[in-house]
Amino acid sequence: MAAEEHGEGLAFHPMDQFIVRPLFGDGDVGVFTITNATLWMALSVLAIALLFIVGTKGRAIIPTRIQSIAELAYGFIHKMVEDVAGKDALKFFPYIFTVFLFIVASNFLGLLPKAFTPTSHIAVTAVLAIGVFLTVTIVGFYKNGVGFLGLFWVSSAPLALRPILALIEIISYFVRPVSHSIRLAGNMMAGHAVIKVFAAFAPLILISGIGIAVTPLSIIAITAMYGLEILVAFIQAYVFTILTCVYLKDALHPHH
Amino acid sequence: MSAETAAEQIAEHGAEHGATAAGHATEAASGGMPQLDFATFPNQIFWLVVALVVLYFILSRVALPRIGSVLAERTGTITNDIAAAESFKTQAAEAEAAYHKALDDARAAAAKVIEDARAEIQKDLDVAIAKADAEIAARTAESEVRIGEIRDSAAEAVTTVAKDTTKEILGVFGVKADARSVTAAVSSNLKGGAA
Repeated sequence: MAAEEHGEGLAFHPMDQFIVRPLFGDGDVGVFTITNATLWMALSVLAIALLFIVGTKGRAIIPTRIQSIAELAYGFIHKMVEDVAGKDALKFFPYIFTVFLFIVASNFLGLLPKAFTPTSHIAVTAVLAIGVFLTVTIVGFYKNGVGFLGLFWVSSAPLALRPILALIEIISYFVRPVSHSIRLAGNMMAGHAVIKVFAAFAPLILISGIGIAVTPLSIIAITAMYGLEILVAFIQAYVFTILTCVYLKDALHPHH
Repeated sequence: MSAETAAEQIAEHGAEHGATAAGHATEAASGGMPQLDFATFPNQIFWLVVALVVLYFILSRVALPRIGSVLAERTGTITNDIAAAESFKTQAAEAEAAYHKALDDARAAAAKVIEDARAEIQKDLDVAIAKADAEIAARTAESEVRIGEIRDSAAEAVTTVAKDTTKEILGVFGVKADARSVTAAVSSNLKGGAA
């Protein structure tokens, strides 16, 4: 808002797209306030519900196109859970699938112009990552009892090294949710911000002669970044999910 | 509780990135990162949990069982269809073998019938030819005998007619000729004429 008054006339607000605002009125953002974050999370849920409930309504043996997409997503994550975390991890499949679909839907809906991307917020990704962390820790202790601590005791290492390794392993275990959440939020935020910066350069042709070169370049850059962001939107959801599977494998089989 | 943990982690990282700790501002921090505006955290976390719970129930209660059953049904159908196709193939192979066997049998039977018929006809033919040959031989012999007879009687008749005619001619000329010399003369003339 303040930047608009600056001399150049170009409006650089690359971070404004991440502001959480009340959807109705201008009040404070309370716990239950309906905000743009609420709206876009709801749209993600709605999109997934459309795909998975309306799309599979026919229960066709020979699927329609939309049913095929739902089945592909199902098969993709089902196979990932089974391959990475093992067959006994399949009872966590609905949970992992929920997380994957929420991230993938939020990432892709966030690429719409004017959209808000819930997964670009550390508050959201941290809750997702801490959820995974707690699940993995609780399942690990529930399944293996104290034996779960064997995850930190590297029995293949020389005895003298084991306490040091245990310390490193424990630190890395607790750093997992941090890297898990910041990777996703950071990727989503950075891409969107960069697109916004290029977008701010685009109207330069209306202001200055140098815009003849800058405007086409920035439009090309936006297009390229957008393509990259489509890739990133999927890859980050994939990475988050496969790491969840890897952590779950540790909880179920700590001695492997 | 989890919100606080998250907030702490974020605070650390925010400092690392050099973002100003303007997170406390209740209104959106236009200078810093809106991600670090902790006033919005409870709101986001509340709605995220709501969204995830709703999504989890939609998926686990409706969507996943449905897709799972559709996939299982499809696998079953495909397995059954493959098994059915396999059995149809076997049946087809059996039918083809039976058909070929029937064809071969029929061909063999036909060949046998033809062979029998040919042998029978040959036999009848042989008999008929032999009979015909015998008849022809008999008729030829008979004909030769009769031709011989006819030739002899014809020669005799010529001699007799010649003798009588000679006698008559001689009688007209007034010559009395004895029978023996006339006969000898006619015989020699006939021989000469024949020669």
